[in-house]
Amino acid sequence: MPRRKRGSGLRIELTINEKAYEPDVSAGETLLELLRRLGLKSVKFACGTGNCGACTVLLDGKPVMSCLMLAPQADGRRVTTVEGLSTDGGLHPLQQTFMELGAPQCGFCTPGMLMAAVGLLSENPDPSRDEVREAISGNICRCSGYVRVVDAVIAAAKRIREGMGKGNV
Amino acid sequence: MSDLRVVSKSLPKVDAEAIVRGVPHYVMDMVPAGALHAVILRSPHAHAGIKGIDVERAKALPGVVLVLTHKDVPRVPFTTAGQNYPEPSPYDTFMLDDKVRFVGDRVAVVVAEDKQTAMAALALLEVEYEMLPAVLDARDALKEGAPVIHDETDSQGIHDAGRNLAAHIEMDVGSVEEGFAEADYVFEKEFSVQYVQHVPMENHVSMAYLDDKRRVVLVTSTQVPFHVRRIVARVNQIPISRVRVIKPRVGGAFGVKQEVILEDLCVHIALKTGKPVVMEFSRAEEFFASRTRHPMYLKIKTGFKRDGTMIANELRVVANTGAYGAHALTVPSNTGSKSLPLYRSPNIRYVADVAYTNLPVAGAFRGYGAPQGYFALESMMDEVACELGMDPLELRRKNLIRQGDEDPIATKLGEGKEGFARTVESCGMEDCIRLASEAVPGSGPPESGPFRRIKRGRGFALCMHGTGIPGDDMAGATIKVNEDGSFNLLIGAADLGTGSDTVLAQMAAEVLGVALDDMVVYSADTDCTPFDVGAYASSTTFVSGTAVVRAAEKVRERLRAVAGDLLGTDPGSLEFEGGCFEAPQGKRIHVKEAALKSFYGEHKQQIVESASFLTMVCPPPFCACFAEVDVDLDTGMIRVIDIASAVDVGRAINPTLAEGQIVGSIAQGVGYALTEEMIFNDKGKNVNASLMDYKVPVSTDLPDIKGLIVETDEPSHPFGVKSVGEICLDNVAPAITNAVFNATGIRFRELPLTPERVLKALRKAGL
Repeated sequence: MPRRKRGSGLRIELTINEKAYEPDVSAGETLLELLRRLGLKSVKFACGTGNCGACTVLLDGKPVMSCLMLAPQADGRRVTTVEGLSTDGGLHPLQQTFMELGAPQCGFCTPGMLMAAVGLLSENPDPSRDEVREAISGNICRCSGYVRVVDAVIAAAKRIREGMGKGNV
Repeated sequence: MSDLRVVSKSLPKVDAEAIVRGVPHYVMDMVPAGALHAVILRSPHAHAGIKGIDVERAKALPGVVLVLTHKDVPRVPFTTAGQNYPEPSPYDTFMLDDKVRFVGDRVAVVVAEDKQTAMAALALLEVEYEMLPAVLDARDALKEGAPVIHDETDSQGIHDAGRNLAAHIEMDVGSVEEGFAEADYVFEKEFSVQYVQHVPMENHVSMAYLDDKRRVVLVTSTQVPFHVRRIVARVNQIPISRVRVIKPRVGGAFGVKQEVILEDLCVHIALKTGKPVVMEFSRAEEFFASRTRHPMYLKIKTGFKRDGTMIANELRVVANTGAYGAHALTVPSNTGSKSLPLYRSPNIRYVADVAYTNLPVAGAFRGYGAPQGYFALESMMDEVACELGMDPLELRRKNLIRQGDEDPIATKLGEGKEGFARTVESCGMEDCIRLASEAVPGSGPPESGPFRRIKRGRGFALCMHGTGIPGDDMAGATIKVNEDGSFNLLIGAADLGTGSDTVLAQMAAEVLGVALDDMVVYSADTDCTPFDVGAYASSTTFVSGTAVVRAAEKVRERLRAVAGDLLGTDPGSLEFEGGCFEAPQGKRIHVKEAALKSFYGEHKQQIVESASFLTMVCPPPFCACFAEVDVDLDTGMIRVIDIASAVDVGRAINPTLAEGQIVGSIAQGVGYALTEEMIFNDKGKNVNASLMDYKVPVSTDLPDIKGLIVETDEPSHPFGVKSVGEICLDNVAPAITNAVFNATGIRFRELPLTPERVLKALRKAGL
């Protein structure tokens, strides 16, 4: 439970990228705003209404749009962002294939797209192209036409299945 | 150039790892703690005078630092369009004005310690408006007695303000009257295209602060850092030397960031407060308060001989520039000059009236007027073929522009003035047609049944485009040698996510005989990088690329001299191969060793060279788009099930990135054709200013789009490139509507083909 502080402030406890945080938040602050305030700048604001997916993060392993969630609701939860995709300084297979196959253009949707894809692969290690398209259908990309994004997710899934990288977050 | 080592390779972008790691590199990621936030009070009325603004309650709110109204800022007429000086767009805009001209126009600005306070203060501003009659349609705006939108006396460059005529264009080749008289058949059709918005994922955002010398540093998401510097200096009445503009990573632009939309205010506030300030659009503001594509009414009249030879082609356009004339002359100019040269005709006329209305402001949008023109032209060609009983491809082939042809329009209709001669030196259209056609072979009859009535059809459209603006587009490049044989490539060119940093570095690396990793790219910073007009007019790979190649060649020659010294040989006798200078006797020295020795050998020196390039030509790329669609007869829903474009790009410096431009353009074209439309109520308010209500294609709306590259030998560029960034948006809509005709027999002459519109037409046709 969030602990009430003086005035309208609250203190919450949450884990972000395997690290414990105890930030003071205001009741109206979104998870997106909190994450960016804590320095996790990969999480992007683009619409603020849950229609574009640029702010997608994992909450207890499942993709959520952090602009639609209030920070106090994340109390006691585990959040993962792109900054937490690799802990050893290397790249997650999805990051590798996005890079190698040229999936990102402007890159603004990429963090959200990556997190949606991580969420998919943790539930479905061998998705079809249609299943990938379904999983990222809440993430708008205005540059790519999605083809190389789908290619990259399929290629990363294969890499993970073949044990060429860690896929569990 | 068969032995290329870096060019023509699909290397990952130089910034790819930073992107996938999500490192902070966009404007909003760099805002310093304690920065002020500025927000804009927007007009609730389409047309009104501002009688007074009571700012006292807002100012009294704790945390509010500054409130600005038209009385607090310099009144300098300017255009927001980031174009060469003097801009061909009318100077009809003011930082803040005592009149509002559309719902969403700037009224006042609140600056506060945080955004919430600033937003709260907006509600405390009390504005007294004097309501004026509004006009929401371009044709109505041009009628006698229409309310005059720009009645101020200090605007400049408006064609006829009293008639709401922002710009007027007339261009004649031969005499269409004589052509129509000679024609065996004359066809006349009308089309209309809608308001659409670019929807870059990153909204407009600018940040400004003062440096230690109290110069203003503007960090902004822009396509045109140098034009921004000049315009903000002029509007704020300070010397250009007092402004530094930095373009960090840009989260998509597509033309909408070829504008000064926040920067003038942001600089003003930083100067006034002395503190860092950030301004960021909401997504709703991005829709109604940034820029849009020009809506147009188009009337095309074309005369043919009995055998299908085109003999006269006339396009008349009424364009809507909205409340201000950003790109009002040049976008509609391109509607004619980009589309009409595609078909040989001895007689061509283009006429455009560009009207002000009390609606959001149109501007540059990928394609720059050409998609509107091609929707009319390529729909018309299909209709004519049908009515003449000819194959639509054969009718086009009979009339297509060919290699060696002069573009008759180029000299008459340039960038808001007379243009420059243009000859087609390379043309791969036949290969484009073949490849795209084969890529969309048609997938047989659709699965239909009593509860699923589908009609399937296939269609296509062709187009050509330009590469830069001849006589205008100039770019500089600087290359600096480092001790390890790496090179700093300093460019004013603006990578918007397109990959221009990468392709420019690839060209430099190729010339210098090193790897892409040896190029350290920095773009764009008006203090540190040379001038570049910016990323527009499909110019960067061609114009900035030529500057980069020239600078690299100069550096290579300097290193050749060093190598000659080291080898004790006449530098002129050295061959340069595989990164090595090689003497006739076989002794060789690598470019990296020459680099090191240039610092620590006998003649110690910093080798740094700059070059600039002004294009005087505009080589056209060519494109064929083929599409297959399913039309659901019960819902009116259209689905693109297969689509491909093949483009003659000259040479693809990075095929993956070139393909990305093609596929991305097609996706935007599908949105233009089928779903995207800004909708206004009868008061001029944009009622679907959100990503919920304005429908851009998502992954499940699109098939696996195919982007195909055709290479030709374009002699005007050192590596033979032509443009690829915009062309593929030009012909998607007519390819789709032609496919819909093929499926249903219904011609749609109005975009977009929403289910509602389609269903009405299907019912009318008894389907």
